[in-house]
Amino acid sequence: MNRIQKRLQEDKKILSIYFTAGYPRLEDTVGIIESLEKHGVDLVEIGLPFSDPLADGPTIQESSTKALKNGMTTEKLFSQLQEIREKVSIPLIIMGYFNPVLQYGVEEFCKKCQEIGIDGLILPDLPLREYQLQYKDIFEAHGLLNIFLITPQTSQERIREIDAASEGFLYLVSSASTTGAKTGFGQEQEDYFKRVAAMKLRNPQIAGFGISNAETFAQATRHTHGAIIGSAFIKHLTENGASSAGEFIKRIR
Amino acid sequence: MTYNVDENGYYGEFGGAYIPEMLYPNTEEIRQQYIRIMEDPAFEKEFNELLRDYVGRPTPLYYAARLSEHVGARIYLKREDLCHTGAHKVNNTIGQILLAKRLGKNRIIAETGAGQHGVATATVCALMGMECIVYMGAVDIERQAPNVARMKMLGATVRAANSGSRTLKDATNEAIRDWINNPVDTHYIIGSVVGPHPYPDMVARFQSVISAEIKSQLQEKEGRSQPDFVVACVGGGSNAAGAYYHYLDDTEVGLIAVEAAGKGVDSGESAATSYLGKTGIIHGSKTLLMQTADGQITEPYSISAGLDYPGVGPMHAHLYASGRGEFISITDDEAMEAGRLLAKLEGIIPAIETAHAFAIFDKRKFKKDDLVVINLSGRGDKDLQTYIDYFKL
Repeated sequence: MNRIQKRLQEDKKILSIYFTAGYPRLEDTVGIIESLEKHGVDLVEIGLPFSDPLADGPTIQESSTKALKNGMTTEKLFSQLQEIREKVSIPLIIMGYFNPVLQYGVEEFCKKCQEIGIDGLILPDLPLREYQLQYKDIFEAHGLLNIFLITPQTSQERIREIDAASEGFLYLVSSASTTGAKTGFGQEQEDYFKRVAAMKLRNPQIAGFGISNAETFAQATRHTHGAIIGSAFIKHLTENGASSAGEFIKRIR
Repeated sequence: MTYNVDENGYYGEFGGAYIPEMLYPNTEEIRQQYIRIMEDPAFEKEFNELLRDYVGRPTPLYYAARLSEHVGARIYLKREDLCHTGAHKVNNTIGQILLAKRLGKNRIIAETGAGQHGVATATVCALMGMECIVYMGAVDIERQAPNVARMKMLGATVRAANSGSRTLKDATNEAIRDWINNPVDTHYIIGSVVGPHPYPDMVARFQSVISAEIKSQLQEKEGRSQPDFVVACVGGGSNAAGAYYHYLDDTEVGLIAVEAAGKGVDSGESAATSYLGKTGIIHGSKTLLMQTADGQITEPYSISAGLDYPGVGPMHAHLYASGRGEFISITDDEAMEAGRLLAKLEGIIPAIETAHAFAIFDKRKFKKDDLVVINLSGRGDKDLQTYIDYFKL
């Protein structure tokens, strides 16, 4: 069983943190991961920066641009993570856009992830259809879970289809938006989370987008198995530096 | 063998729909409906009437006698520059606004480079009384000021894209982000044969009126419907797609695509995608793309805002990779001189994008009786300031 699946069997609400690799400084990546594990985070999404992050708002756009300026590349990230499994046992996901993966070579990329001990990938612009047509076998051969997104506009039928094709969890995008665009939840999100929960899907659901503090974390996890914080954590790093990662987590739980 | 799109949305290995789930419901709705809507007789009637009475179609196919003599070939110009709003772009925006109405949308977004697609979108939104928001790179807002004013006059909101190189690619990113944030009431009118399936095919179909007319006009004038060559400039590639469309599988007709080399293909300031690009993903499509070895999209450059794009439509990527299309790249200087030449020989000032297509004759020789159709995709009014600065007029 994959580390992500094991973690999801524990009886607790999952706190997942996204950060951009190579930000604020190029060599901050490993330190941030260690600090997140130490402070009780359950799952880490390591952002592989991309020049044109379509699904992201200004915060992640800016951290990606800065990380690339700092010199972050796919090869550099793999070399930083080379010995990560001697340091942490927390489930690790690489999240990014598909083009850098395609250029690295999908097979080669997956092989490298397996060697390092990466547990899954989230590639928002590699949708179900293209994944199944061309890449599914490669991911599976290297023990990588591919995590798909669903949104408030995703039909019941498609949710079932994505659930059937997923192993791990479903990434529940809380509202129609790019990352970091909205904070807080209203009745609409609550109804959406409940509606998905009532479907009794195979995979647990973890909510993302719009979660920034203890209050929104509690709201987001009332009807889900966990929640992901991205932009708010990156803003915190921008203001306080990588060494302050733990302080942010302490305020969430 | 076909050079058209297949049932999965691919042209050879290029195309597809590489989009985040947030965009899936909208693109899927269009995918399921666009053929049915376009083939509906009521839609066809409305579309064709607007093209005739509002756009001014058919546009003339004009035998350019002085240019022909100068070049040493028989050259016809397809006068898309005479379309309402000054370029071929309006063919597509008329089609898409009618589609948007049938999909029940009431808010329109668009990206624009040179501003021609922005103007064409603002125009049809005014015509239909719909809200219109156009994203445009901050750099392009500077160099295409008359078109910005035109869009505002037409009631559109122009929003500056300030990320990246602040040109067409970045305007497209911002438009896509807007669509993610407004998934229910908004239709995104993409201006070229780029983006996720079915956009490249849908836009090509709306632009295919260009080659449909060339066929019948050439038949009338020459007693044959096939030219030897069709020449068009390619940024994303919508005017080329329209001019090629009915000749794609007719391999006796040579298809010549002219790309912007900027300051030279190897200068580091270029937009010659076929020469500089490798297979990659941009704006939801797998296509040829200018990028670093690490898969980061590189910033293109061209004097012409409409060609300043690091990708190319998947149809064109396939024409290039398969050898069906012949690709030629033209520098800023060559294009500017060709624009002046056309003005002097034929009394037509072309858009700088279009001028690239007229600059191939030093590099590509034709036989005296070759029948060459050049798609004169847009007029140069919007580029007057650039011409003034360049030639010190």
